[in-house]
Amino acid sequence: MKARDILLASLVGVGVWQATVWVTGAPHFILPSPGRVALAAFDSRVLIAENAWITAVEVALGLLIGTFLGVVTAIQLALSKTAERLMLPILVFTQSVPVFALAPLLTLWFGYGMASKIAMAVLIIYFPVTSAFHDGLTRIDRGYRDLSHAMAAGKYHFMRHVQIPNALPSLGSGLKLAAVYAPIGAVIGEWVGASKGLGYLMLLANGRAKIDLMFASLIVLACLTVILHVAVGALAARLTRYAQGVET
Amino acid sequence: MPAPPGITLKGQHRIGNAVLFDAVLRLPAGRWTCLLGRSGVGKSTLLRLILGLETGGVFSGRFTATDGAGLAGRISYMAQSDLLLPWLSVRENICIGARLRGQRPDMTVVDDLLHRVHLSEHADKKPNALSGGMRQRAALARTLFEDRPVVFLDEPFSALDAGTRSTMQALAAEVLTGRTVFLVTHDPAEAARLGHQIIVMSAQDMQVWPAPGTPAPRALDDRQAMACQTRLLAHLHATAAAS
Repeated sequence: MKARDILLASLVGVGVWQATVWVTGAPHFILPSPGRVALAAFDSRVLIAENAWITAVEVALGLLIGTFLGVVTAIQLALSKTAERLMLPILVFTQSVPVFALAPLLTLWFGYGMASKIAMAVLIIYFPVTSAFHDGLTRIDRGYRDLSHAMAAGKYHFMRHVQIPNALPSLGSGLKLAAVYAPIGAVIGEWVGASKGLGYLMLLANGRAKIDLMFASLIVLACLTVILHVAVGALAARLTRYAQGVET
Repeated sequence: MPAPPGITLKGQHRIGNAVLFDAVLRLPAGRWTCLLGRSGVGKSTLLRLILGLETGGVFSGRFTATDGAGLAGRISYMAQSDLLLPWLSVRENICIGARLRGQRPDMTVVDDLLHRVHLSEHADKKPNALSGGMRQRAALARTLFEDRPVVFLDEPFSALDAGTRSTMQALAAEVLTGRTVFLVTHDPAEAARLGHQIIVMSAQDMQVWPAPGTPAPRALDDRQAMACQTRLLAHLHATAAAS
C-alpha cells in the first residue's frame, strides 16, 4: 500500500462522510461532520494520545508475544510428527471457540490492566501465525528433502538452514493477518473491562454522548491499524525478498 | 577420497500389485554407468532406491557394495533441478552439506571447488543472479564438496541448452574421474559420450549396451560415439513404436 493511495482513499472517505452529513441532515450527536470530529480530536489531543499509547503498547506486545508463541509452536509441530498429530486437532478445535467470548474470562483472570488485553491480542493472532508458518515449514520441495537425506542432514540443522528460511514468506502472510487482528483483540478486551485505551475512551465518549470524541478515537484507532499494517507489510515483503534471494 | 566401490542391485520393485521392474544392475567401481530407458520405466526409482529415498513402492531384494561395506554416507546426489537454496550465496550453497550435518565447512576446499567449476568470480552472488549453466556448475561443486566415492546423477543436464549441456558433460567427466558414477539420462548422445557402461532399461530387463571402444569422455565428433548414439536412438525409437 503506497502513502499516496492511503491519502487518496482517506480524502474520498472524508468526502463521502461529509456528503452523507449534508444529504441526510443527521444531527451531530448521531453523525458528526468531519470538521466537528477534527475539532474534538484537537481539543482532546492529550487524552486521545494517552489512550492511543496504551492501545498501541497492548497491540505491539500482543503481536510480539503471539508471534513468538506461534513461531515456536509451528517449529515444534513441524519437527515432531507426534506433536503434529496431537496438537493440530486441538488447535483447530480451539478456533471453534469465538475468542471474543473469552474476553470476560481473560479480564477475570488477568484483571482490568493491560495484561488481559495483551492476552486477548495474543490469543487472536496465535492461530493465524502458527498455521501460516507451519504450512510454510512443511510445504517444502521434495528435492530439498532428498538432497538433505543424501547429505545425512540432522533434522534440527535442516529446520534451521532450509525449512525456516523457506517458510519466511508464509510467516510474512501470517504476520499480515495478525497485524489486522491484534488491534481488534486489544479493543474488545478494553470494551469488556478497562480504565485506559482507545476502546475504553470510545465507550466513555459514547456514554457521555460525546459522539465527536468517539469518532475521533475510532479514526485514531484506524490510523494505528493502517500504520501497523503498512509496517508489517514492509517486513513481510522483506522476508519474501530474502527467501527468494532477491538483493535488497 | 577412499577407493570407490562397485555396486550391485538385485531384486524386484512393486508399486501396489504391479511389478515396476525385476532387475540385476551392476555399477563397476570407478566407472561411469549411464542408464537409458523410456519415461516411467523406473530409472529414477532405481536410483532413489539405492540412495535410500522414498519411492512410493516396495523393494524386495538387496543392493551391495563390492567392498562389503554399507552404502550409507558414501553416495552424493545431483538432480535435474539444481536445488540451490535461493537465500544463500553460491559459496554458502556449495558447503551446505557440512552445515546440515552441524559441521564447520572448510572454506579453502570451497574456494578450490569454485575455481574448478569456474565460478570464483560469482562466489558471493545469489543463485537468482546466475544462468542455468552456472547454477548447475554450482550444484556440481556442491556434489563434489561431499567428496563421496560414489556419485548419482539424475538427469542433471537435461534442462540445459545444447551448448551448455556439452560443456557441463565435459566438466563433470573431468571432475568426477575415478569415482563410481551412475547417470540416469534420456539422452543417447550423453550416454554415448560419457558412459564406460551403457544400460538400456525396460520393464523386462536391463540390457547392457556395447559402449564405444574409445576412452570416455569422448570428443563431440568421435565416430564410435556417434555410431553408438545412432544405434541407441534407433533402438529406443523401435521400443517406443512397439509399445
